[in-house]
Amino acid sequence: MALLEVRDLSVVFRSRGHQRTGEQPVAAVDGVSFDVAPGQTVGLVGESGCGKSVTAMSIMGLLPKRGNQVTGSARFDGTELLSLSDRQMRDRRGRDLGMVFQDPLSSLNPVVPIGLQVTEVLERHQGTPRKQAAMEAAELLDKVGIPDPRRRLSEYPHQLSGGMRQRALIAIALACRPRLLIADEPTTALDVTIQAQILALLAELVRDTGTALIMITHDLGVVAGLCDEVNVLYAGRVVERAKRHDLFAAPRHPYTHGLLSSIPRLDSPRGERLVPIKGSVADNIPWQNGCAFAPRCPNAIDTCVEVTPEMAVDPLVSRRLLRCHNPVTATQREALT
Amino acid sequence: MLRYTVRRLLQLVFVVLALSLLLFAWLRSLPGGPVSALLGERITPESRARLTAELGLDQPIFVQYFKFLGRAASGDFGVSTGVQPGDSAAAIFVQRFPATLELSVLAIVIAIAVGIPLGYLAARRRGGLLDNLSVVGSLIGVAVPVFFLAFVLKQVFAVELGWFPTTGRQEGGLDATRVTGFFVLDGLITREFDAAWDAVKHLILPAIALSSIPFSVIVRITRASVLDVLDEDFVRTAESKGLTTQVITRRHVLRNSMLPVVTTIGLQTGALLAGAVLTEKVFAFPGIGQALAIGFERRDYPVLLLLILSAAGVFVLVNLAVDLSYAVIDPRIRTGSGGGR
Ligand SMILES: Nc1ncnc2c1ncn2[C@@H]1O[C@H](COP(=O)(O)OP(=O)(O)OP(=O)(O)O)[C@@H](O)[C@H]1O
Ligand SMILES: [Mg+2]
Repeated sequence: MALLEVRDLSVVFRSRGHQRTGEQPVAAVDGVSFDVAPGQTVGLVGESGCGKSVTAMSIMGLLPKRGNQVTGSARFDGTELLSLSDRQMRDRRGRDLGMVFQDPLSSLNPVVPIGLQVTEVLERHQGTPRKQAAMEAAELLDKVGIPDPRRRLSEYPHQLSGGMRQRALIAIALACRPRLLIADEPTTALDVTIQAQILALLAELVRDTGTALIMITHDLGVVAGLCDEVNVLYAGRVVERAKRHDLFAAPRHPYTHGLLSSIPRLDSPRGERLVPIKGSVADNIPWQNGCAFAPRCPNAIDTCVEVTPEMAVDPLVSRRLLRCHNPVTATQREALT
Repeated sequence: MLRYTVRRLLQLVFVVLALSLLLFAWLRSLPGGPVSALLGERITPESRARLTAELGLDQPIFVQYFKFLGRAASGDFGVSTGVQPGDSAAAIFVQRFPATLELSVLAIVIAIAVGIPLGYLAARRRGGLLDNLSVVGSLIGVAVPVFFLAFVLKQVFAVELGWFPTTGRQEGGLDATRVTGFFVLDGLITREFDAAWDAVKHLILPAIALSSIPFSVIVRITRASVLDVLDEDFVRTAESKGLTTQVITRRHVLRNSMLPVVTTIGLQTGALLAGAVLTEKVFAFPGIGQALAIGFERRDYPVLLLLILSAAGVFVLVNLAVDLSYAVIDPRIRTGSGGGR
């Protein structure tokens, strides 16, 4: 059984005074569904603005209290998270649900010692006394690979390197052994070598602790290294879901295919041209009038701008779900390489 | 840190010296002077010349200045010619400084104790009733002249309602024992609690009037600063840990919002001294502000010099304390690279 079941999750932001101005509310997330099983790593992939963070924040109950409307369902171990009160959600955050953010420097409080930023979550959820919490915090820092952890407890974020800070944030998120960890682009702000270390650390930790992980990224390289299953998001909707191997071996949605062709691969022949996806998200048309990707899609046919595609089992590969009228075929893929 | 403090204290000496020179020159360039003020209608050329010589005002200004410096070094700041003629300026300072300090401390405590929570709540309930009230209220608070506010408070709460005394620092009839010159403190030390309470009652209205500007500024700065901090990523991280609102407020939001607020408090001590002149006048409160007002009318050079210089000294010291408190609030300053401070 799944640990987290997200069904038809939608988040609509209303700008202030939209009724007066007649401005359309924007659906940042538009009917997203996916499951995460215990110990599984699920990727949410897509370009900037496609709704990855908003999805994560609505599951965590971290969206601003006003100005948005969240509908659908997010069941965690049978409990509907979206209908929990603020207090109940506070009890779960940090204990059952952990989150790691993108920018480790700004995500740590600059005026509070690292130690306290770790121990406060232990105190909050486990009532661990200060002294013992400090010992546990040192162990946690040690476990995420921070050298000399005892000394680090009294240091401040600015005294740590970027990689160290992200390790500290991971230690904080995992302090109470949450069953679900959401990592929102945890490596985007780091250099490449550090990125690899952090990803390896995350992989190791979720394997050792059996934590389910939602990995949010726009980087398919991250997906390739970490995820069991991948959801590709476009304009607030999932457009393709597949096992990692299937996805990389044979992307079916033209958007996924575009994403894959636009990243350099070590095993591809030299001199091969990278193919960027033409246009940008700004060209979006709302999903109500056909496929939102149609204006940028090399495979677009007439149906695409008339009928909104539904998520359906891929006729070719049964393990995969697809939202496309005219998926990429094997011949097309051949032609490109 | 120590070296930095010592350097700043040395700077203070230079600031006060430079200011003394400016003040000295400025006071003597004012029309009129202590002689006309003292003699008034009865002035004759002979009496004017005699008094001018007696006060040493016939000598070149730089000679006067160096004489002043020489005497000041040994604690002699001259004799009052207008405020309390015959008393030494130093004695007037010792007598009046505690009064103004009591008043200003109470005023700034009111401003901080009410202003910071109000600014915080306004930011938290952004766009709500409290927020709008605080924005409008603090605008009015800055705009209404202190003098006018003091006058209205006195009329309503002292004259009409009779809840507070109208003037002075303490009822003479209490015959309170003097220890430090701080009347509230004295009353507590000597366990003459009725005297302490009476002194407090004398302070309340003038302190409220005096706090109006610092209070309004603190509300506005706190609100703006808290709004900035609430948008910070680390507040989101704190939320993601499920911490209670109380811990998030205290440890994560307020501490990070305090730097600009503390800076403001330091700068507001200057406004406080300016406000004290007006407030003390309305409440006939025998502090430095009142002495400055009288001293200015009567061109009491020694008293003006000493009081303005000490006010400037206090201002510089408070702002030094503010700078040092940055390091307490923000570890990035304490452990900053180079460690030169
Ligand atoms: N508080 C908000 N108010 C209004 N609109 C918002 C708000 N937060 C996000 N959005 C909008 O929701 C959409 C999705 O944003 P989201 O942050 O989820 O994107 P993302 O996929 O995480 O992108 P990135 O890779 O840049 O982080 C964007 O168009 C964004 O402008
Ligand atoms: Mg994001």
